[in-house]
Amino acid sequence: MIQWISNMLVPLLVSYIVGFGLLSKRPVFDDFLAGAKEGMRMVAGILPTLIGLMTAVGVMRASGFLDAVSGYLSGPASWLHLPAPLIPLTLVRLVSNSAATGLALDIFARYGPDSFLGMAASVMMSSTETVFYCISIYFGSVHVTKTRYVLPGALFATAAGIAASIYMAFFTK
Amino acid sequence: MLNYLWGFMILAGMLWGASNDSLEAVTQELLDSAAGAVSLGIVMVGIMSFWCGILEIGKRAGLIDWLAEKLGPVLTFLFPDLEKDHPARLPIAVNMVANMLGLGMAATPAGLEAMRLLQQDETLSVNKNTASNAMCTFLIINISSLQLVPISMIAYRSQYGSENPARILGPALFATACSTLAAVIFCKLMEIGKAVSRK
Repeated sequence: MIQWISNMLVPLLVSYIVGFGLLSKRPVFDDFLAGAKEGMRMVAGILPTLIGLMTAVGVMRASGFLDAVSGYLSGPASWLHLPAPLIPLTLVRLVSNSAATGLALDIFARYGPDSFLGMAASVMMSSTETVFYCISIYFGSVHVTKTRYVLPGALFATAAGIAASIYMAFFTK
Repeated sequence: MLNYLWGFMILAGMLWGASNDSLEAVTQELLDSAAGAVSLGIVMVGIMSFWCGILEIGKRAGLIDWLAEKLGPVLTFLFPDLEKDHPARLPIAVNMVANMLGLGMAATPAGLEAMRLLQQDETLSVNKNTASNAMCTFLIINISSLQLVPISMIAYRSQYGSENPARILGPALFATACSTLAAVIFCKLMEIGKAVSRK
């Protein structure tokens, strides 16, 4: 079932959107080209970030720092049933999307994207958001300072997403 | 935030490398990663351009507004404080639909607009500096992640030699559903518990 969804989702969405465009009498290919151009610009825009963060993660890994951090945290991690190499990713995920992407790519490079850790990292990155960043952007924009139960709620939802990711990685491996 | 984080990553790596005599490997890795990022970027250009092109078709054909309209009953359930014709309902729906489709650039402006309109409604909150129930629900659901197709993750996986980069789609959908369900349950419990905060 899960596998079936994986195979179907992209073709389904693509044909649905193209069909929707045709039914609305849109010049679909012209619209596609405009969007694709925007997509290229977007990738060019994030490339410097990618270079900066992938080198930073590379430096942390090659120096042995990343392993040391994972090692220190493996105690509390195993208590939470969280694999140690995922700890830095989990923590950084709450703060910065691009830095977390750098760490996820590092996991892909070391263990492979289809390994248990690679799957867990992929699914975790896909099912969680940058908690602290989002809260500061949205509440900062309207100067709300008393955020009440937003942080616990967001962390609770994120924890559920992480738990589900690890479970799914076990399940699909 | 990222300035400190990045600075810390670089310096921590360098200092650790110096004290563990692994600076040679650090230098090598620095060069390799910088080059690797560019080849990753090239793969990304292909996949992201295609996907953005497809999404642009949907956007221009009015897919976002159409889906946002369909979201009506969901909004009524999630935001019991908002009247049926409340001005914040449309940007909230647009933000959610854009997030589902992975259109971050369309989602954020709508989300900020929703926050502004929610704040203007003085019946929702005790004062302007305090988050209303509707704001809390909106943000928690937003942060729980709604994205249906994590396309950039698929692009990364394909660059790193995955046999089936799209294999994460089903699991990601399930995990996203779990986190969003957790968010909804949490918000509903808080609403019952703190119903007093409404004037």
